[in-house]
Amino acid sequence: MSFSIIGTGMYVPPKIVTNDELCKFVDTSDEWIRQRVGVERRHICTDETATDLACKAAINALENCGCAPGELDLIIAATVSGDMASPSVSCMVQRRIGAECFAFDINAACAAFVFMLDTAAGFFKRGRVKKALIVGAEQMSKIVNWEDRGTCVIFGDGAGAAVLEAGDGYVDSVLTTKGGDEVIRIPHFIGKSPFSTIRPQEPYIFMEGQETFKYAVNAMCSDIRKLLEDNNLTADDIALIVPHQANKRIIDLAAARLKIPTEKFYVNIQEYGNTSSASIPIALDELNRSGRLKRGDLIVLTAFGGGLSNASCIIKW
Amino acid sequence: MMLEKIRELIADKINCEPESITEETKFADLGIDSLDVTELVMSIEDEFNIELEINESMVAVSDLIKAVESKIKK
Repeated sequence: MSFSIIGTGMYVPPKIVTNDELCKFVDTSDEWIRQRVGVERRHICTDETATDLACKAAINALENCGCAPGELDLIIAATVSGDMASPSVSCMVQRRIGAECFAFDINAACAAFVFMLDTAAGFFKRGRVKKALIVGAEQMSKIVNWEDRGTCVIFGDGAGAAVLEAGDGYVDSVLTTKGGDEVIRIPHFIGKSPFSTIRPQEPYIFMEGQETFKYAVNAMCSDIRKLLEDNNLTADDIALIVPHQANKRIIDLAAARLKIPTEKFYVNIQEYGNTSSASIPIALDELNRSGRLKRGDLIVLTAFGGGLSNASCIIKW
Repeated sequence: MMLEKIRELIADKINCEPESITEETKFADLGIDSLDVTELVMSIEDEFNIELEINESMVAVSDLIKAVESKIKK
């Protein structure tokens, strides 16, 4: 016994920032961003925070399946851009939506949604929970360096959530970590200890663009190959692949290398940019509400990011 | 031999005559950006079963040839 996803929700802040608007801050162009990353616009917080986004996405997911907050037995959330180190986002969601269950966050950067599903699967397997809420919420605008044209054009703010219920919808997963901070890192503020001799790093996202690209494409390809092979499936058996929305060209190259038509990969990066842990649940909610997913469909979720960590799974809708 | 292989990969990607590419050719002059260079590097890694370090200093065909040859000699 694992779980099935019975509800999805998302929320993005109303302010939309187009590529042209970004040109006022940094030396870039709409054409460069579209060609290089695939983003056309992103939603950016003004008076809301990651916690606000998380709660709104959570409420939308609960309403989507008619689940009352009091029915939840578990809340797991993830963010790399939360309001506070403590309490965690999941604890604040628990309070604000009026749930009573235990709640904790995990950190697996952009791969967090699949790590959360896999963590939840263990609670279901042990019979500890009957209903769980999973939330990825990011205020990336807070942690990007708005003077760095290489990164600030990529990211956006948003949150996505899913409600899980005991079921048989979690088919298989593969989780991988290749620990290191050379390729992707987001340093914390180092504080102001009078005793520290460590030189503070800028608390912004740093990415080695080419290495990130290579890692991401290789991760997606090896994860998808392994999942298909281990489950005696071919790409034809999969209704849709929902990848983390990091860069359109990562998805295109992975599709080409896997020899799977790009139409099988869901892409919405043009609307939201890279929303880290929120990207997959946002995509799932769009797909769910537009009626593109049919019960019984096999869907691959595939994610990769800082850690370096990558995680992919097959779910049965 | 290495030049020929790299020429072939580039020509295949951008649809040009392999002969028009020399060691001195800069990727930027071919309209190849750094992510395309990464893609080339990945194809070469698969072809020769090696792992290359990629960075922004890889700007010309000769840089790529040097990187591959240093790995193969090891």
